[in-house]
Amino acid sequence: MIERVRVAVVGGGPAGLTAAAALARRLGDGVLVLEREAETGGIPRHSDHLGYGLRDLRRFVSGPAYARRLTSAASTAGARLATSASVTGWAGDRALEVTSPDGRRVVEADAIVLATGARERPRPARRIPGDRPDGVYTTGQLQQLVHLYHRDIGKRAVIVGAELVSWSAVLTLRHAGCRPVLMTTPDSYAPFRLTGRVAFGVPVLARTRVVAVNGRSRVTSVDVEDLRTGRHHRVPCDTVVFTADWIPEHELARTGGLVLDAGTRGPRVDTGLATSRPGVFAAGNLLHPVDTADMAALDGRHVAATVLAHLDGSASVTAGPQLNCEAPLRWVAPQLIRAGGPVPVRGQLQLWTSQFRALPHVVAVQDGRRIGSVRLPWPAAPGRVFRVPFSLVAGADPTGGPVTIDLAGFGHSQRRTRRV
Amino acid sequence: MTTDFDIAVVGAGIVGAAIARLLGGTSLTVALIEARDDVGDGTSKANTAILHTGFDATPGTLEARLVARGYAMLGDYAAATGIPVERTGALLVAWTDEQLQTLPALRGKAERNGYTGCELIESDEVYRRVPALGPGALGGLTVPGESITCTWTTNLALAIDAVNRGVTLLRGRRVTGVEVGPDATRLTCAGGDVTARWVVNAAGLGADVLDGLFGHARFTVTPRRGELFVFDKLARPLAPCIVLPVPSKAGKGVLISPTIYGNVMLGPTAEDLEDRTATGTSERGLAFLLDRGRELMPQLLEEEVTATYAGLRAAIDRDDYLIDVDALHRYVLVGGIRSTGLTAGMAIAEHVGGLLGEALDLTPRPYLPDPPRMPNLGEAGVRPYQDAARIDADPEYGRIVCFCERVTRGEIRDAYRSPIPPADLDGLRRRTRAMNGRCQGFYCGAQLAALSGSPGDFS
Repeated sequence: MIERVRVAVVGGGPAGLTAAAALARRLGDGVLVLEREAETGGIPRHSDHLGYGLRDLRRFVSGPAYARRLTSAASTAGARLATSASVTGWAGDRALEVTSPDGRRVVEADAIVLATGARERPRPARRIPGDRPDGVYTTGQLQQLVHLYHRDIGKRAVIVGAELVSWSAVLTLRHAGCRPVLMTTPDSYAPFRLTGRVAFGVPVLARTRVVAVNGRSRVTSVDVEDLRTGRHHRVPCDTVVFTADWIPEHELARTGGLVLDAGTRGPRVDTGLATSRPGVFAAGNLLHPVDTADMAALDGRHVAATVLAHLDGSASVTAGPQLNCEAPLRWVAPQLIRAGGPVPVRGQLQLWTSQFRALPHVVAVQDGRRIGSVRLPWPAAPGRVFRVPFSLVAGADPTGGPVTIDLAGFGHSQRRTRRV
Repeated sequence: MTTDFDIAVVGAGIVGAAIARLLGGTSLTVALIEARDDVGDGTSKANTAILHTGFDATPGTLEARLVARGYAMLGDYAAATGIPVERTGALLVAWTDEQLQTLPALRGKAERNGYTGCELIESDEVYRRVPALGPGALGGLTVPGESITCTWTTNLALAIDAVNRGVTLLRGRRVTGVEVGPDATRLTCAGGDVTARWVVNAAGLGADVLDGLFGHARFTVTPRRGELFVFDKLARPLAPCIVLPVPSKAGKGVLISPTIYGNVMLGPTAEDLEDRTATGTSERGLAFLLDRGRELMPQLLEEEVTATYAGLRAAIDRDDYLIDVDALHRYVLVGGIRSTGLTAGMAIAEHVGGLLGEALDLTPRPYLPDPPRMPNLGEAGVRPYQDAARIDADPEYGRIVCFCERVTRGEIRDAYRSPIPPADLDGLRRRTRAMNGRCQGFYCGAQLAALSGSPGDFS
């Protein structure tokens, strides 16, 4: 069976639903959202605490309420929302194979938006040895167990990671009556984030990592290594939550042959969020692990404009220079400036650093020439996106070579010595 | 002593299930006794799942003969039951001059084992076949018959076949004592004693202990831990065939193999242990594998790891299978069956049947049930989510609950309705692939926990 639509949106989370709502205002039921879960809404569905909707809806609501609002907005605008509908592969340049209880079908579209999100790396992907007992979760699994299935969790939890989502895990554990006894993170800056300690009262062990999970049927303890001394000590617990360490859910992007970015592991996109394949676009945390839900939603709004221009045939296709970055920056998004194209979402580039900088000085260099420089009044910290104004690279020569973004005061010779 | 069964087979791994299946086809009453809560939950589940030609076995051994015979038997049985098999072939790669010089001898050994398909190939042909190999490969030996299969489905098919033939499967019965009487033997078990005229010891890692309970002191099982990495399915194109190391004095070495589920496996380590329950992975083992993997196939290390496992092989202190009939005590030992036992299992059963035939009437019953049709877990075959006609007939095959492995609610339901339903979430994993994918439960874990917690919903 073949179904024809104007736009197919893969993934009904904040980015996909917001894109669908914006597109459906013009295209109505020509917009089809394909969501593999039984409900749309994405991760906020099971993130049952306040903190959602700030930058896109100008509201402060819980995750489930946010998921309902975005669903309702897309559906009110006229988009069709197909749930329990998994996209399992490609049937052509802009054609998708879909399995749902209604059958197996091919969806052909004039444009496809990939908004498949990101997931936390589970314990095996982090290569942490030990036994394989029950009681080991990612935040996603933990929150579904607690908030969607109302299951009992243990009594004492160790949380691996100290990022935004880790605090979300703390809230869920508390809600489930499970005491978070320790957060462990290899980063050294975490102790500076006292808000966490004061607000939640969970001890944070910086410069540590979990090196083993112990327990035959149920977790009994984890072994924690102090990265400064190499010493191990055993922390009794019956629950371990592996938080953060996100990776884009990029299977479709890869099997579709889209050019991926080595840093983000998501598809490379231009400032309008077009991928390397004409008519295929991407938005949200598929592009860069990982930003907050409201930022993913703003991506969705942004990509909708590019898709509409593509459908009108008015899209500029002149590729401009690529954006790269140098360590300690891990990635930059978007990665391509399009001549005559839009500025990125909120006029900002997104960057990820592996080292803390209290007052980062970011520079952009093209063909050996410094084309921009900005000193930020806010820190660049590992574990969350930091943003710089797009003006940093606005002076790039559209016909020039790649633009490299770097943290100043961190030249090549210095970097080499530090790596030793 | 009242006698419950004519024969009790202890151990429901591949070997025990194959023997029970064979005996179940006669007019004898048979029990299949398993210490754990599920079949195939010991060494069998962590097998590397290679269907071996037996090319590298020691010529003249019982193992060499039974592996070659088992290869053909299991191949036929797989076709009849739907156990997935992919005929990928294997390539032994020489990385040193010494290894290169060993290859012709290995081909000679294969021929002495009756396998004539091996070919010596040059370095450029090695890279043509497996372009992702790291630098330094000097040459290779092909083994076109080596194949990959699913150890879980094989074990389950044999056990279900046995049950369909009338064998009584008793799970959760660890044998702790043996009392050999004049007509029957009493097996003291947690969960209820079992008496039988004959006892077959196919207890794998526990075979030496059970053998001791019968008064023997013939061998010692050393648990040999093998740790391995399973890489993401997106890595599968890197490994078009099984890449084997050239065996040396230091052991068989680390291999890279595609898996029947579409992943790539790197391993195993080989570490002799004392603890027969130490199925955890170790920091040292994983680091060793990553170092080896970086040399063998650097690109593979760029891919995500989906799972890490450790399995225990039942190594014994001799170089062949140890199969012996003690007619006086009506007792059969099937010991020392290492990883080749997956391939050899059905031939081992046939061999045991031959030995027992002298003491028991093993004439097959007429009208045996057909072998079971097993759900296809193989990535190369058609799975329910891809089968339009099947989804139209039953929409539950269109309702995917494990997204990474594309397992449908229909398959979960079928597993719980099968003759040997899963005892827990791990049992469900082995029957359906659910939760075996790259997210390891991030998306589906909670729902599957709920489904497995109330299997009554499916009955």
